[in-house]
Amino acid sequence: MIIHHPLLGPRDAAEFTVLGDASLIERPDPQSADAEDRFYDYVYLRDNPAGLHRELWYHEQGDRSWLVVTRNTLTHEVVGVELARDVALAKRTGKRARTRKGGSA
Amino acid sequence: MSFRSPASIKTGLIDRDTSLAFSFNGRQMTGHAGDTLASALIANGVKLVGRSFKYHRPRGIFTAGSEEPNALVTLRAGAHSEPNTRATVAELFDGLVARSQNHRGPLHFDLLAVNDLLSPFLTAGFYYKTFMWPKSFWEKLYEPVIRSAAGLGRLSGAEDPDSYDKGFLHCDILVIGAGPAGLSAALQAARSGARVILADEDFLPGGRLNAETYEVSGMPGYRWAAETIAELRSMETVRLMTRTTVYGAYDHGVYGALEKKTDHLASADGKPRQVLWRIYSKQAILCAGATERPIAFANNDRPGIMLAGSTRTYANRFAALAGKRVTIFTNNDDGWRTATDMVDAGAQIAAIIDNREIAPLVAPAGAAIVMGGAISDTGGRLALKSVTLSNGQTIETDCLAVSGGWNPNVHLTCHQRGRPQWNAAINAFVPGGELPVGMRVAGSASGALTLAACLAQGHKAASEAAKALGFTPSRSRPAPASDEASANSAFWHVGNSKKRAWVDLQNDVTTKDIKLSHREGFRSVEHLKRYTTMGMATDQGKTANILGLAIMAEASGKSIPETGTTIFRPPYTPVAIGALAGRSRGSEFRPTRLTTSHQWAKEHGAIFVEAGMWLRAQWYPKVGETHWRESVDREALAVRRSVGICDVTTLGKIDVQGKDAARFLDALYTNTFSTLPVGKVRYGLMLREDGMVYDDGTTARFGENHFVMTTTTANAVLVFRRMEFARQCLFPEMDVHLISATEQWAQFAVAGPNSRKLLERVVGREHDISNEGFPFMACGEVTVCGGTRARLFRISFSGELAYEIAVPARYGDALVRRLMEAGREFDVTPYGTEALNVLRIEKGHATANELNGQTTALNLGLEKMVSKKKDCIGRVMAGREALIDDDAVRLVGFRPVNPQDSLVSGAHFIARGDAAVTENDQGWMTSVCYSPHLETMIGLGFIRRGNERIGETVIAADPLRGSTCEVEIVSPHFIDQQGERLRG
Repeated sequence: MIIHHPLLGPRDAAEFTVLGDASLIERPDPQSADAEDRFYDYVYLRDNPAGLHRELWYHEQGDRSWLVVTRNTLTHEVVGVELARDVALAKRTGKRARTRKGGSA
Repeated sequence: MSFRSPASIKTGLIDRDTSLAFSFNGRQMTGHAGDTLASALIANGVKLVGRSFKYHRPRGIFTAGSEEPNALVTLRAGAHSEPNTRATVAELFDGLVARSQNHRGPLHFDLLAVNDLLSPFLTAGFYYKTFMWPKSFWEKLYEPVIRSAAGLGRLSGAEDPDSYDKGFLHCDILVIGAGPAGLSAALQAARSGARVILADEDFLPGGRLNAETYEVSGMPGYRWAAETIAELRSMETVRLMTRTTVYGAYDHGVYGALEKKTDHLASADGKPRQVLWRIYSKQAILCAGATERPIAFANNDRPGIMLAGSTRTYANRFAALAGKRVTIFTNNDDGWRTATDMVDAGAQIAAIIDNREIAPLVAPAGAAIVMGGAISDTGGRLALKSVTLSNGQTIETDCLAVSGGWNPNVHLTCHQRGRPQWNAAINAFVPGGELPVGMRVAGSASGALTLAACLAQGHKAASEAAKALGFTPSRSRPAPASDEASANSAFWHVGNSKKRAWVDLQNDVTTKDIKLSHREGFRSVEHLKRYTTMGMATDQGKTANILGLAIMAEASGKSIPETGTTIFRPPYTPVAIGALAGRSRGSEFRPTRLTTSHQWAKEHGAIFVEAGMWLRAQWYPKVGETHWRESVDREALAVRRSVGICDVTTLGKIDVQGKDAARFLDALYTNTFSTLPVGKVRYGLMLREDGMVYDDGTTARFGENHFVMTTTTANAVLVFRRMEFARQCLFPEMDVHLISATEQWAQFAVAGPNSRKLLERVVGREHDISNEGFPFMACGEVTVCGGTRARLFRISFSGELAYEIAVPARYGDALVRRLMEAGREFDVTPYGTEALNVLRIEKGHATANELNGQTTALNLGLEKMVSKKKDCIGRVMAGREALIDDDAVRLVGFRPVNPQDSLVSGAHFIARGDAAVTENDQGWMTSVCYSPHLETMIGLGFIRRGNERIGETVIAADPLRGSTCEVEIVSPHFIDQQGERLRG
């Protein structure tokens, strides 16, 4: 697979390690009253969609960026790649992260 | 008798001036440059080349390409021997040695041919049915016998002496296959300005143009091919790769290809034998051509029965006659061309048998024409002698050319979920709607089975691909040619014979096997494949599958498209494991990391152990020491008595800097680092988000915003990865930066009561390292050896007065030598990982054995390190009820009640008098060693409520290895329980 890194352009998937569901960015508030329940969901429950899936990929053999890759699990088509840090920051400010359209040429 | 056409009749595309000597089963023969092993064997009149997989039936060459099911031979000898090589794709070289496979005794008198008589018992799935009783006989008797009787060639058993490489290529347009469509496509793509890779499995590009007698652009097809190749070679933007099979289509335009570099040479001469390429393409045009299919009829597997197109390949390209009196059995127009070509090459045509009623072409003079006919049987034990027709007539013949039509090679279009579609006009599957991204199909692979159509399609596909990439397609026209007659009929097998008719020659699957499996309830084509083994092994049923599907469809009353195909998967043709491994073999399977003291340790006779990718000194045997324990005991004693040195470079070192560095570490570790003063070190505990302990290590604060933390050796990469995850994904607002410095600093533990005295001789005098000036858990930047910068940490893993000293890696070797020299007066002793382990067990320190991913801070007795004043990764989940249960296992020490007894890690604890069963399990032993200080074995382990049970005795049971031992629960601190030594 080819992943279009927002900073480094098209890179082979072999340069990355994959972690899985990008919902891991959304760590629950540890101070909330139901923190334990929310952490239980956060740690153990994942959706496993047949279709578009937002995933975390780590450019370990590159610049060490964590990326959010939106990938179709049925076709492996990559429809978008964002820096995970931008995604995480955007969640706090409510703005959208910059997205680089992915996929192969 | 020579079966080579005289040059005066047919020249062929071989170099008759270059003769090559080769041997087959010890018989010396001669061929020419440009021959394959198969064509040279045919030219020498060899018909019998092997025995079949199951019945040991005599078999001959069946095809002229990579689809060959029969002619599998072992090439070369000794460690270089290569079993199961298709003779049809083995390029002849001078001195080639080939042997046939799968027979006991000589090839013409195979003792296992008795299997053929036993065939009624050896039908599909026979081993599931016949050899069921007694059960124990399967492993000991039946399976070994079946395995030795069945099968293909044998491996030499020696290590592969050849080398293999891997490579990466990039292009705009990849053209797969250099037949008429591929050449046409590559030419148009290159002329349009695209960077082109043209790959073909053959050593002579041209595909069927080299095998047929058609004309292109008013010249013989093979000549047009050669001229086109010459033009492509002259273009800098084209990379022509012959002997290169594109074997798989992967995601996003990535293709796998295997290039044979030296297989056609007598010796690789140090060069890589094969190269496995990963090709990155923007567009790809599949021009893989088509494969001819046979017709099934009784005894259709005798040597001398060959696909019609292959007899033409041998006659036209290699000037080799598959027979001198040829019979043709066809269901389509293409088969008829065989008659004229074979006559032109010097053979006689005995008869043409066509199942259809009306003859499509004129036959050569003298040939009997049987329309509406079929072959019902054949004769000849080791080679074909005659064929019998359905009308009872028998014809003497030494070669039967069979054509059942052509199947487009759709394989690569299906490597990503694509399913082929049935095309009733050509009675074959063609590429389906869903192609791999960026792929187009042209020529016969798409179902265009005539020459002009192939040339036009290749040209058109290239223009479209070029346009898609932003190039302006060249205005040139496709090369002109005519479309030949190509009508065909759906006719798969001659029915109603009691005799066996082969569908899959390689796996000895007959029409009866297919019908039987249907009767026994195997309805899915995937089940049919697994039950009968049809379509397995090296040829993957390239000539067989369609017949099987047709017969199965007939048996089930369905159509062929309703029956469907099995899934096509890479590789298209076999790829050697050696090529997939490339250079990653043996010790080069992965990188080996050496510490800076490695050379020095080697000079001192160290025994090394793998720790992850690192090699670490395990112990340093001295002259006279005969057992590892002697060395380890000596080293451990020396540390506690005087001073020892151990290389601890392999621990992960991560440099953490930034305004929020301290806050970041607070979030990462259970304990607090923002309160750590500059110049101090603190031990830290890291959890996973699920609350289990992940890693531990020390972190030193060198400045307000600068920390250096250590991880365990095994987790160095993983912890760094998680820290980057936390930094970027969980705490993106923090100003903090990380870099791994594991390899930048060489680090040594200097441990023992004399460690300070030793270091005073090395560390610059301006640095106060007295107990007051540099107390326990101090850290600082110092200089050593007269000015080299270094970092000094007063930390102890052994429980003794101890330090770790780090220097830039390039000074590591010099430093260890200097430390040894400076410590001579104290009898300084280098110690390895075994002594390190003894010293840490004696002090009750946890390592990977205890931090195994299933233990909590509470289990480890470190619950006080989990700060309640702040959050950290894993804090919430660590508070789950089940994890803070009072009954939880706790880390404690164990001593055998009888000091002579041995302890084993992995033993489980049970109360005295209890049975050693899971219900009575109270915990387990994690680490054991012999303590030379206590002169007994000691252990660490987890046991329920262990902290409240000091002094109690329990049983350590190890039913797996058959040992039990009575042990006393003790404090995990076996030595210096008050911890006075390390503060001294």
